[in-house]
Order: sequence, then structure tokens, then C-alpha cells
Amino acid sequence: MVVDLRKNHYELFGLPVSFRIDGAELDRAYREVQGQVHPDRFAHLSDLEKRVSMQWATRVNEAYRVLRTPLSRACYLLELQGVDPALESNTAMSPEFLMEQMEWREAVADARDSGEVAELEVLQRRIRGEAKALDSGLEDALDRRHALEDGRDLVRRMMFLTKLQHEIDNALEALES
Amino acid sequence: MALLQIAEPGESTAPHQHRLAVGIDLGTTNSLVATVRNGIAVCLQDASGRSMLPSVVRYRADGQVDVGAVAQAAQAKDPRNTIVSVKRFMGRGLKDVAHVETMPYDFLVQDGMVRLRTVQGVKSPVEVSAEILKLLRQRAEESLGGALTGAVITVPAYFDDAQRQATKDAATLAGLNVLRLLNEPTAAAIAYGLDNGSEGIYAIYDLGGGTFDISILKLSRGVFEVLATSGDVALGGDDFDHRLFCWMLDKALIAPPSAEDARRLAMRAREAKESLTVNEEASVVADLASGERVSLVISRDEFVTMTQPLVQKTLGPVRKCLRDAGLGPEDVKGVVMVGGATRMPHVQRAVADFFGQEPLTNLDPDKVVALGAAIQANVLAGNRTADDDWLLLDVIPLSLGLETMGGLVEKVISRNSTIPIARAQDFTTFKDGQTAMAIHVVQGERELVSDCRSLARFELRGIPPMVAGAARIRVSFQVDADGLLSVAARELGSGIEASVVVKPSYGLTDEEVATMLREGYEHAGEDMQARALREQQVEARRALEATQQALTKDGGLLSAIEREAIDQAMAMLANLVETASPAEIKGGIETLGRATDEFAARRMDQSIRAALAGRKVDEIKV
Repeated sequence: MVVDLRKNHYELFGLPVSFRIDGAELDRAYREVQGQVHPDRFAHLSDLEKRVSMQWATRVNEAYRVLRTPLSRACYLLELQGVDPALESNTAMSPEFLMEQMEWREAVADARDSGEVAELEVLQRRIRGEAKALDSGLEDALDRRHALEDGRDLVRRMMFLTKLQHEIDNALEALES
Repeated sequence: MALLQIAEPGESTAPHQHRLAVGIDLGTTNSLVATVRNGIAVCLQDASGRSMLPSVVRYRADGQVDVGAVAQAAQAKDPRNTIVSVKRFMGRGLKDVAHVETMPYDFLVQDGMVRLRTVQGVKSPVEVSAEILKLLRQRAEESLGGALTGAVITVPAYFDDAQRQATKDAATLAGLNVLRLLNEPTAAAIAYGLDNGSEGIYAIYDLGGGTFDISILKLSRGVFEVLATSGDVALGGDDFDHRLFCWMLDKALIAPPSAEDARRLAMRAREAKESLTVNEEASVVADLASGERVSLVISRDEFVTMTQPLVQKTLGPVRKCLRDAGLGPEDVKGVVMVGGATRMPHVQRAVADFFGQEPLTNLDPDKVVALGAAIQANVLAGNRTADDDWLLLDVIPLSLGLETMGGLVEKVISRNSTIPIARAQDFTTFKDGQTAMAIHVVQGERELVSDCRSLARFELRGIPPMVAGAARIRVSFQVDADGLLSVAARELGSGIEASVVVKPSYGLTDEEVATMLREGYEHAGEDMQARALREQQVEARRALEATQQALTKDGGLLSAIEREAIDQAMAMLANLVETASPAEIKGGIETLGRATDEFAARRMDQSIRAALAGRKVDEIKV
């Protein structure tokens, strides 16, 4: 089974390798490429051709999924440059950041337990603001300074925020139903 | 691997030949079949000019099977053998089905699945559905004057893997080649979007006889992209009937009714519901076999009050779906109403209030799904024309995961991921010397295995003994374009492999389908071995033809050595086709596949580059 792995996700879509990405351009390229390989184009052909099509369409969806969101895109960029973003590194997270995370988490838990939807929504907006700031930081670290260690630190912060966001989403969902 | 029709992938090899393909809406209450004729999607009618086939099947004592209106007319007379709303049982256990206590059937459970004991023996919901599909297939073949190339069958978007698999099995049993399982709201979006040339965010609110779906789609320049979907597979028009039925029992002050009388009252309930859509008041009159007479009057207000909770219940999934899509009600440009139950004025009002706009009802909510499926079937069968250059991107409705320690679920693929999709997850052994690992595949959003649907269990055996935590077992999930899952597990050190196409817990086994096909009247006398041989031969010839075409077109992409390897594999397969067993031919096809893998990759690559380059040229022109 050879799905063409010589290409990285960026090359697949004909895009430059960088953290900052033109979302509209990515969407357009994704649709062009998926339009060529999608199983709907091969449904009337032989099983061999259907299988190839499914592998490629799967690969194209995966590439799009990874590039679409800043966190997975940043992780992927680090991996392309030989850095494992999840690996425990000697540069530990700053105590201030960890402390802040604990406070956020407690705030979410309190709001959930007392059923304060409005409070959860306020927290959600604040976290979105934080995520935006991290986004700019990543662009600076990865695209301008090529500072991979800084990039990794920011990615790990982003992971904390994403997890927090999920917790808020789940809490809101639980309160609604 | 293969041999792609790279230049015009969707174009059929014989351009002038129109392939007969249909879309089938296999509904809880009614089923329809539609096709594209002279570029226009139309529903096919029976001899008396009706396009809707009541989804009712009656097994008669004389061995005949009635389907549709004839069966429906007999339901009060013979409720036990007359199966209505069978879709509610597809891929389900008895505990999943609401109101079983008021149903007149003789249920039993086999391998966790609902079965029905009838005068013609035990029937699975798959077999009952196959009877409906057979009749629609017959109608289509008579109407179109030939054998069908294939069919697109619609399923509720919120159907899980077991329900999808059961639907596909039913189609196979009915002798249909399934081109695709298509989600009902997505089918409606195709029919609506192509008809109206719509762009923007659309919500499809689909309240059918037994299921509720909500899908949010982004329509843009020939792309139908499902952003999120949600729903309730046990909520539909039937539940409105049931509320009314319970009210009738309550008001009529009669003795607990027999199965026959209950069915009679249920029919009156449905009629009253339909009448209340246009009238302020409906009367319910029924003469029961018990000699009692029921005579009641219900106002629309009373009906609205008793069923408002059901309408409210649909709004939970709507909210969830919007949240998953990252959108609010104000982002939605139009709300398309699908399913007969959306005719009820209070349903329309609730949807209008929620979205702050009047919903779109300009397409017949009963037919729009079948029409969309027909349009998709036409394209998939290879009748794609220049006007059909659109792309459909759908999602998986429910997360897929594996059981881990302590009965917890580890999610592998999350809901609303675009299909096809593949993900892998690595696990390890937790005991020294452990040589087997149980893999339990589940579907659902909850954290506990016991709260999710169990799809399959299988075992990876023969893991070389190692200390705990040393083995690396990779479990890979692949969801295809039908939304169906297959799972494979592999120990990475030793390469020991185990895989399963997910169907054991629910649905029929392949052997059961084969046995039923053998027993079916259509294939009576045909030897299964002969059938398997013919199928492999057809597939081998298609593979050879496709390879030849690819070589003619793009042979220049290969070196002489690469070309020779492909020629050899082709010659070998060509030889096998004439003389060998089905298994040997299959092996030959696989060998050819491997020999052409690299060639196929280069061709796919070439077409992608051409497409991307073409886009850039266009942009410069503009």
C-alpha cells in the first residue's frame, strides 16, 4: 500500500510551509484536490480504483484537518522540523502559567457546578482571547524567529487552553440538556 | 493499486451509454424511488400513479408477501404479521426501541438484535426492509426498462454504524448494488441547493416518521460541505401519533384494547394528526372489534399542548449541532424542512422562532430526499456531465472509540469528522507475558463504555510474550464514504495482525446474507460458487481494462522496468480469469493492485497538480 507520503501536507495543497496560513486559500486548495480524488468520482469504476481513491481522500482529509486548526498545524510544523511537541522537555512550563491554568480550571468547575451559563460564556471569551495571543506568538516564533523551543512551549500552552475550551463546551452541553 | 481515470475521473468509459441508477428513500412510514430522466430528477410511480410506497410488509399464511398499501390495509386485521415502521428496529436491540409494550409483534432477540416471529417464521428487520427495497427495485426496472447499475440508499444522518450496516445488508439482500449510503438531510440539501443555486450556510431540519436529523451545511460554488450533524434516531412523527393514541385510550374509557383494536386506534390517531395540520379540529371515530365505539373530538390546541414537548426535544440536537459547527442561529441563511412531520404548523412555528426566519418549504418534504438521492446516484453511476461538477463532503455523526481500563472510552475518531477518515491509536499490554488483547469498539459520546453502543469485539492473538508495557499494538479505524467502519489491530514489533469489518454485534453476518440470498427466490438454483466466480471474473476484467487505459494514457510516467512488472501482473491475471478459482483470481487482482500502486500514486499526483495549476491560471485570468 503506497499512499504518496513523499509529500507533506503543505505540498499536497501547493501551499508554502509556514504557521501563518491563508484560510481561504487552504479551503480552495482542499476542495480542488478532494474534487480529484474523492470516492464519489470513482464509484462506478473497479474495486482497485475505488480503494486508491479512498486512501487518497482519507489522506487529503487528514492533511486538511491538521492544517486547518492552529494547534495541530503548529504541532505538525514542529514535527516536520524534527521536534516532538508532546515530549517532556527540560524547559518546564512557567509556574505563573501553571498557576493561572489551575485558577481557570477552578473557575470553570465552579461555574459548572453552580450552573452559571453566563459565567461559562465569559470564561469562553477570555480563553479565546488568550488563544489569539498565543496564535500571534506562534507566528513570531515559528515563521519569523524559527525558535523551535519557544514554539514548543507555546504549543504546550495552547494544548492547555484547548483542553480548557473542551471542558467549557462539555459543561455548557451538560447544562443545556 | 491502480489505474485511475485521471483526466476526467467522473467520466464514464463509454460516454454515450446512460447507466440506470436510482435513489431510494427507505423511510419509516413511506419509501420512494427516484431517478434522473433527461437531466431532471423524478419520483417513479406505481401502476396507479402513486410515488409513495407505505413501508409496510405483511407475511401471509399462504406464503405470499404483501408490501405497501395492500399490506397497510390489512394491518388491523393481521397486526402480528404486518410489520409497520420496521426502520425503528434496524440494527437495534429490543431495549433501544420505544413503546415495544404497545406493539402487536411477537418479538424475540437473537445475538442482541430484534427479530420478529411471523406466520412465515422468524424475520429480521433487514429481511423485512429488503422486501420493501425489492418492490421499489422492481418498480424502477419496469419503469426504466432495464437492470439497474446501482442505487443510492438514504439513511438518517444520525444512524450509527450498526444501523447503516443493516441498511446496506437489506439492499444487498434485495439484489441492489449500493453505490452509496447517503445521509437523508444531505440528500435534501443536494436537491434543494442544485435547484435553487444556493450559497451560504443552510440548516436541514428533517423530522421523519421515526427519526429526527439536523444537519448544518455550507454550500459554496459546487461544494456541499456538511459542517455538523445531530439528531435523535428514536423521535419522529410516529411519536406524535403515539401521544394522540394514549390520549384516546385515556378519554375513550374502554377496556384495554386487543392488538387489532390498538392498531385500528393508532391508524385513527395518525389520520387525526394529519387532519389537524389543516383543520382546527378533528374527530376520531372507531368501531372496535370488541363491540365498543370510540367517538372523540380533538382540537389543534389540545394536540399542540400534548405534543409540544416532542417539538422542544428536537431543539436540543439543533443547538448541539450549531455549537459543533461553531455557529449561531443568526449565521444560518435558510432552513430547509424535510419529512412529512414538518407539515405540522407547530413544528414550523418552533423552527421559525428558533432561527428567527420562516423555514423553506418550497420542495415537497416527502420527496426531496429521494430526489437528492437520485441526483447523487446518477453521478455515481458514471453519468456525470459538465453540469455535475459538484463535490459532496459528509461527516460521521457519532464518535468512535475503544474500551480501555476501567470501562472507559478512548475516542479515536470524533463526531463530525469529514469522511473518509482513518485514525490509529497505540496501546500496550498491561501484564507480563500477555499474548492476547481484547479489542472492543464502541460508538457514542459518553465516557463510559456502558453508555455507548457496542459495535464489535475481537481479539488480537499471538503477541510475543514481553514485559508489561513493551508491546505496541496499533489499532486503526477506517471509515469509508458510506460512513461504515472497519478496524484492524497490529502488534508493531511482530507484525501479528487481526482485523474486522464491524458487524458482529449487530446486523447480519456475511454467511447469513449469503444464505438468505441463496434461499431468495431471485437466486434460486444459482450456485453460490458460480456466482462468486462470475463476480471475480467481472472485477478482474474491469481491473485489466482500467490498467490498460491508464497505460495508454500515462505509460510515459513509468520506466521500462516498472512497465514490465505491470505487464507481467496483467498477463498473469488475464490467464487466471479464464481458468482459476475465485480465490486465485482475487489474489491475481491484488497482485496487479500492488504492481500498479506506484503508478496510481504518480497519476493521482499528476491530476492534483493539474487541478491546482488550473486554479491558479483561472485566478490570473480574473
